Amino acid sequence: MTRLALLLGALVAALFLGSLTIGPAGVGAGESLRALVLGDAGPLTLVMREIRLPRALLAAIVGASLGLAGAAMQGYLRNPLAEPGLIGVSGAAALGAVIALQTGLAASWALGLPAAALAGALAAVLLVVALAGPRGTSLTLILAGIAISALAAALTSLVLNLSPNPFAASEIVFWMMGSLADRSMSDVWVALPFTALGWALLMTMGRGLDALTLGEDAAGALGIRLGRLQAALVLGTASAVGAATAVAGTIGFVGLVVPHLLRPLVGARPSRLLWASALGGAAMVLAADIAVRLVLPERDLKLGVLTALVGAPLFLHLIYRTRREMG
Amino acid sequence: MSGCARRSDRRLRRAAAALGLWLGLSVAAAGPGGADEAPPARVVSINLCTDQLAMMLAAPGQLHSVTNLATDPRVSAMAEEAAAFPSNRGAAEDIYLMRPDLVLAGRYTAQPTVAMLRRLGIPVVVFDPALSLDDVRTRMVEMGAALGQEEAAARAVAIFDARRAALRESVSRRPSAALYYANGYTAGDRSLAGEILAAAGFENVAEAAGLSAGGRMPLEVLALAAPEAVVTARPYPGASRAEDILDHPVVRALREGRAAGAFADRDWICGTPHVLAAIESLAELRRTLPPEGPE
Repeated sequence: MTRLALLLGALVAALFLGSLTIGPAGVGAGESLRALVLGDAGPLTLVMREIRLPRALLAAIVGASLGLAGAAMQGYLRNPLAEPGLIGVSGAAALGAVIALQTGLAASWALGLPAAALAGALAAVLLVVALAGPRGTSLTLILAGIAISALAAALTSLVLNLSPNPFAASEIVFWMMGSLADRSMSDVWVALPFTALGWALLMTMGRGLDALTLGEDAAGALGIRLGRLQAALVLGTASAVGAATAVAGTIGFVGLVVPHLLRPLVGARPSRLLWASALGGAAMVLAADIAVRLVLPERDLKLGVLTALVGAPLFLHLIYRTRREMG
Repeated sequence: MSGCARRSDRRLRRAAAALGLWLGLSVAAAGPGGADEAPPARVVSINLCTDQLAMMLAAPGQLHSVTNLATDPRVSAMAEEAAAFPSNRGAAEDIYLMRPDLVLAGRYTAQPTVAMLRRLGIPVVVFDPALSLDDVRTRMVEMGAALGQEEAAARAVAIFDARRAALRESVSRRPSAALYYANGYTAGDRSLAGEILAAAGFENVAEAAGLSAGGRMPLEVLALAAPEAVVTARPYPGASRAEDILDHPVVRALREGRAAGAFADRDWICGTPHVLAAIESLAELRRTLPPEGPE
């Protein structure tokens, strides 16, 4: 188990370094890292500290949030199809963020942007958990997700189309597909407090999720309070996914792919899957963000495009496997 | 998008424009109206740039309507003048109902609108965007021909040439500058904005970055080029990620402590004599820079 932790940790560290040293400026790795750490007030230090460092940090933060939220949702709903992007939580968070930006709330109150995104995510999680619940079928879950996603996407487009800013409407793509291009340290400070709160809440769910694999009654007998578990899930997911989406847009499938890949490696124990998925999610988004810079460096290729290319086939495969239950 | 094709296209257009200059009146007379006809009496413009050229050159009462953009002081250098005209939104239906005898459009005006108006029997003159200062004077001549105001156009061109010649000065050192717009787009030397920058005595860093035709310049490349002046566009109201980049700490650091306060605004957008005002204010900015360069 510690071997997996070390392996995933090393992977995240390597990808983090890769993210720091890859960019259009084409400067040597050693030189750029020296400029990052030592700092000489030259333009390279500016590039490293204000462009690449926030980008790498955000990729890790966003990825960890999505992976962790996916693992927690799947554990609580006992359904491998639960994922913040697919069930509309990310979409609703994006709607909240767009409303905060276009109404000026984000500009007038420092916490306006993440708070509004959190509110959007919270509404979606509550709706999904109320509709699907621990006993709900995959069908209810997916249908609720489709409805919430569609509504959130339509309202996001509406708000952006009504904006007086001519560039806003073209940013519908950003909110639907996500990107980390040209973010700054201020975005890190916007996202980090809320995502950290979300991580703390979700990590407390380990024991409860383990007990829940035995069934609700058995979990109750073991002293697990389901109401509290559900509150941690709802608040934790809304907080982590909401803040991540507010700065990076909607990045789908991370919370689906990562827990699926890691589940066999942790002996299918939900408590272990939580931290493993956080690390795995960070690695996946870091890798995707490196890939968008290598594949089409001159275009701002969206992160969600790559994660969907990996995630959608897996999603179809999972539906195929669970179709007997759904039928 | 090959630069070569574009260059030859431009050369072709220049040649055509020169020919137009030689033929002068005869081309204009053989234009939409025909040899003996009077100049158009009810002209509608459906492009921001033709709006301004037409307002400059049309006889009183000749121009009937300009676009709603022309009254927006953010993008129009003649917003006050434009307020006197009924505005249109460039939809074929509205324009047809105005009963114009000539419509002025831009090359990138919605093609279905232009085609529809022509089907309805309304003559449409299409103007190419000005990509250089020479194009500006060509457009004025073309507009004069279209409106039957050749003399007014010739006077305006003469004034433009004189003012442009007066702006020419020998510069001992050309400080580096970058044009930086929303989404990280930059304009290269082969654009009107690039020529404004060059005429004001700046060296465009887009050239060194291999973006002489313009394009997306990553923030990192801008930071490492460390231009002495960064000319950005003024942000619109309402938020957008596209414009967030202009407020990124890197751009802010480049603007601070260097030539600040340079904005590419309404004087830069269209190929009209207002570009000379842009050159003047930019040259003013250059004179504030140290004569020996950074470090």
